[in-house]
Amino acid sequence: MSRVAAGDYVLSGSTRPLAALYSRNAKAVIARGLLATRSSNWLIMVSGFFEPVLYLVSMGVGLGALVGTVEGPGGQEISYAAYIAPALLAVSAMNGAVYDSTWNVFFKMNFAKLYQGMLYTSLGPLDVAIGEIFLALLRGALYATGFTVVMALMGLLTTPVALLVIPASVLIAFGFASFGMGITSFMKTFQQMEWINFVMLPMFLFSATFYPLGVYPQGIQWFIQALPLWHGVELLRQITVATFTPATTIHLGYFLAMIAVGMLLTTLRLRKLFLR
Amino acid sequence: MPTTPPAPPVISAHRLSKHYGDFRAVDGISFDVPAGESFGLLGPNGAGKSTTMRMIGGVSQRTSGQLTIMGLDPQEHGPEVRAHLGVVPQQDNLDEELRVRDNLLVYGRYFGLPMSYLRPKADELLEFAQLTDKAGAKVDALSGGMKRRLTIARSLINEPRILLLDEPTTGLDPQARHILWDRLFRLKESGVTLILTTHYMDEAEQLCDRLVVVDKGRIMAEGAPAQLIREHSTREVLELRFGSERNTTVAGELQGIGERLEPLPDRVLIYARDGEAALEQVVSRGLRPLTSLVRRSSLEDVFLRLTGRSLVD
Repeated sequence: MSRVAAGDYVLSGSTRPLAALYSRNAKAVIARGLLATRSSNWLIMVSGFFEPVLYLVSMGVGLGALVGTVEGPGGQEISYAAYIAPALLAVSAMNGAVYDSTWNVFFKMNFAKLYQGMLYTSLGPLDVAIGEIFLALLRGALYATGFTVVMALMGLLTTPVALLVIPASVLIAFGFASFGMGITSFMKTFQQMEWINFVMLPMFLFSATFYPLGVYPQGIQWFIQALPLWHGVELLRQITVATFTPATTIHLGYFLAMIAVGMLLTTLRLRKLFLR
Repeated sequence: MPTTPPAPPVISAHRLSKHYGDFRAVDGISFDVPAGESFGLLGPNGAGKSTTMRMIGGVSQRTSGQLTIMGLDPQEHGPEVRAHLGVVPQQDNLDEELRVRDNLLVYGRYFGLPMSYLRPKADELLEFAQLTDKAGAKVDALSGGMKRRLTIARSLINEPRILLLDEPTTGLDPQARHILWDRLFRLKESGVTLILTTHYMDEAEQLCDRLVVVDKGRIMAEGAPAQLIREHSTREVLELRFGSERNTTVAGELQGIGERLEPLPDRVLIYARDGEAALEQVVSRGLRPLTSLVRRSSLEDVFLRLTGRSLVD
């Protein structure tokens, strides 16, 4: 080892914004995640892909036999399976992103002590957050691609435009992941973490996932329309049949705003999340 | 010989505090560490040593006070400060999902170091930690001592200027401890500043140029080990055991022998310049201890004197 001289002990501080939180090295966190995935986690990875597929087969094919066809976003008649498939894709994008940004972060922070090791290096908390969100989105993109292939094999895709559900799913996942990580910074115990599931399950069941919004009274419709999952469901449903309306921009805008607010919240809460 | 101006301290803490609610983990401590020094924080578990280490690394936010590392506030320049820091935490936090050599490589990537540097460096450090034949093993297959050595090797991947060691040899067998001490000596010789916490007095005496005795978040004393022993204890200590019931009751009959008497549940300590002479006095008073031992004063005695408690409960 080369000798350390007294002059080596004087550092000149950077004036770059966010220098305390970010060292522009999120790629090292991503590389670590990919290397760790290679050696383990395969079963968990695969199970995450099968969950929406099982829903699609049981509800779309099974329940679909009773329901027959329903009215699609453009007023066209589509099979029940084709109706719920994009909704299930949106739900799976949400679930994966929320799981990765809440439970997974909480566990790695408090139990696996992975982040403690990372944060004792040149990495800042923002490097870790960006790296983890990127990994979550990469996983989401893989699942979305797999699910889209299943939809194609089941004959539920009628237009090449439908392939845009893959980037749209990543957008939805980004919205939930950025917000989820900010929320996790407020959590201290497992009991508090359970509240996340308490919000997610009703959102999954009632966000026009399995039937149209029109069945609800007006007040409840407004409430559902304020929630993010409904926008995700509608966005993907429109893309699969290539029917775009002014509402499409609202759905897209909703997620862009959610990402902006979520990333701001997460950045502001990084010290609370990682540097306690 | 030209005189050089005194170098600014590498680490400077002034009235540094960390509170968790009402609990004061660190309660206004101040110290300076010059370049190349081996500086120790000696104290029992829960004294605030680890919290101080975490604040130096910039991974814990201080409640009040000032702290600069190499001239920078670790809270404002965490990544830049840590680029030159090596950290051995109290509990090994190796990446269990990666293999042994990958632990070193990936950790080096966190510092933004290129693979062309890291590949030979990782092999060199595996050699240093005597883990070369375990390079491809999974981390959870390593023994406790091997994990500790890997954690220490990992902390050196960026050739740190300051090495923070939090209870570095806890859980190591005596042979492994001596190997590690030897490695740390060599690092010190190459100019690396060592900051270590320990509750082992022999470790503090072996490794530290200077240390602070910490208890309940406060500094009780500061100085070189020999100086602290000189100031707060006598040259020798006579340890007497009369059996667990009699140790405290016999203390009254020992009054006047040596400079100071310390009755403990399991033994009585007599602090004296000459331990053998003190023992003769004890025997001449007709007292017959079950065992007697004369030894040099240690930092344990300093701590006992300052806090009224033993280091290891």
